[in-house]
Amino acid sequence: MIALLGRKLQLNLKEIRKNYSCYLFMAPFALCFFAFVILPVFIAIYYSFTYFDILEAPVFIGMKNYIRLFFEDGLFLTALKNTLLIAVITGPLGYLLCLIVAWLINELPPFMRAIVTLCFYAPAIANVYFIWSIIFSGDQYGYINSILLNLDLISSPIQFLEDKAYIMPIAIFIIIWVSLGTSFLSFIAGLQGVDRTLFEAGAVDGIRNRWQELWFITLPSIRGQLLFAAVMSITGSFTVGGVITGLFGDPATTDYAAWTLAQHLEDYGGVRFDMGYACAIATVMFILMFGCNSAVQKLLRKVGT
Amino acid sequence: MAKNGKRLNRSVQVDIAIIVVLCVFAAFMVMPLIFAIASSFKPMSEIFIFPPKFFPMKPTFQNYRDLFSLMSNSWVPFSRYGFNTIFITLAGTAGHIVFASMCAYPLALKKFPGGKGFFNLILLALMFSGAVTTVPNYMTMAKLGWVDTYWPVIAPYLASPLGLFLMKPFIEQNVPISLIESAQTEGVSEWQIFWRIVMPLVKPAWLTLIVFSVQNLWSMGNSMYIYDEQLKTLNFAMSQIVSGGIARAGVGSAVSVIMMSVPIAVFVIAQTNVVETMATSGIKE
Repeated sequence: MIALLGRKLQLNLKEIRKNYSCYLFMAPFALCFFAFVILPVFIAIYYSFTYFDILEAPVFIGMKNYIRLFFEDGLFLTALKNTLLIAVITGPLGYLLCLIVAWLINELPPFMRAIVTLCFYAPAIANVYFIWSIIFSGDQYGYINSILLNLDLISSPIQFLEDKAYIMPIAIFIIIWVSLGTSFLSFIAGLQGVDRTLFEAGAVDGIRNRWQELWFITLPSIRGQLLFAAVMSITGSFTVGGVITGLFGDPATTDYAAWTLAQHLEDYGGVRFDMGYACAIATVMFILMFGCNSAVQKLLRKVGT
Repeated sequence: MAKNGKRLNRSVQVDIAIIVVLCVFAAFMVMPLIFAIASSFKPMSEIFIFPPKFFPMKPTFQNYRDLFSLMSNSWVPFSRYGFNTIFITLAGTAGHIVFASMCAYPLALKKFPGGKGFFNLILLALMFSGAVTTVPNYMTMAKLGWVDTYWPVIAPYLASPLGLFLMKPFIEQNVPISLIESAQTEGVSEWQIFWRIVMPLVKPAWLTLIVFSVQNLWSMGNSMYIYDEQLKTLNFAMSQIVSGGIARAGVGSAVSVIMMSVPIAVFVIAQTNVVETMATSGIKE
């Protein structure tokens, strides 16, 4: 048994030596990847069990950070609630929107398809939210307010960006506006690659309309893109801090109405330098994203079956 | 496609309805961006009229002039912010493409221990975002003495998993293994094979990587690693100006136009390549 293992190891070593150039090619990327993407996850998990303020070495404090998060930090719970709310609404909605729009676009002639794709994708690449602060401005010069005033639907301007009741819906609306990103392009590309002869074969087999075609032929053919786009949508929907800061100017907003985990993390990690606590927040985010991704991957593998 | 020239399972009425709905929806999506462009050409008097107008009546470049004079009055010259952003974008994009392609080449075309495992790790890395790694990365950067340099922004981006994820399947599908093998028998070095044979064949893939990199790096805002005003980015400087309030609505729109025009232009140039590249990607079962 041991001899066998030893032989296998030797064979492997031989293989490794023979392919040394492969490892050389991978080295620069792999080095950065391990140093800045993979290892930090483990380091963050480790720090999350410590008290660490950078100045002194980390002190192990067990579950204290997590107890503080879930039982003492009301703002964390607000952030968690908001993040989940945003993720649960914008994740699936953005994903479906990407799929449906891409599917409809796929029927257009090539030139028109390129133009319409650009129109839908532009908000996601543009990365500008400032314009929405003029549109939703809380005085009569704000566009929405002026329209509503003109139609006599309201008598005085609504403070869209200051009123707690409107902050979250507006944030979600704008996140959906920018959600036709990488997933959307992936769907467009995938749909163009679907084998056309499958549709003819499907018609012979009794597929009568485009909805059946979608479920039985198109979706199974782009399963790879469905899985990839889901990953992109989920990961994106859990880390949307930038939109909110860009839109409301200040991430805190009124009563922290749109405070998210990403902002809570930045507050403790980048401002207060309470690194152990920040890492506990990061670990919670990691578990949420990873868990959600794994679950959705399992679910999507059932499409078209 | 179908025998009598008609397309299968399609009716003209529904086709037209779909086109109309798509166009209305598309117009709604770009409207805020068009509105930003229109507003950037409005004189102050038109920004504060009631009811507001969508398009400027007397278009003017005043907002752009104001923006540049505001920028040149700040104690770090405007050109410095511009240089920082351009440098970060160019260096990050170039490095990312070279690193990701070099790594993708053996993963796509060779069989060796650990290759598959490494790519699976890339897939897992797509499942969480950079927010999770900020604190440990901060410690690393501080230890390396990289605080207040460009590197903390550029280095983690070099290993962005998305680039490798897109590059590897594209090489797999577009570079014939026989070509590589015949080059090897002729004694061409691995580096030459990669640089002279593989890279030219996967131009659409690296154009795609350029689109995504420029998009991410160009809009890089404030970084927790950079305190020196001399090293701050354009997006940071511009957002400082915008936060001056509604009185700067015109200037703010001009800022938006400048920030969005570069990534959109790059996408328009590379659009067909992006679609071609993404067609080969997708998470395999």
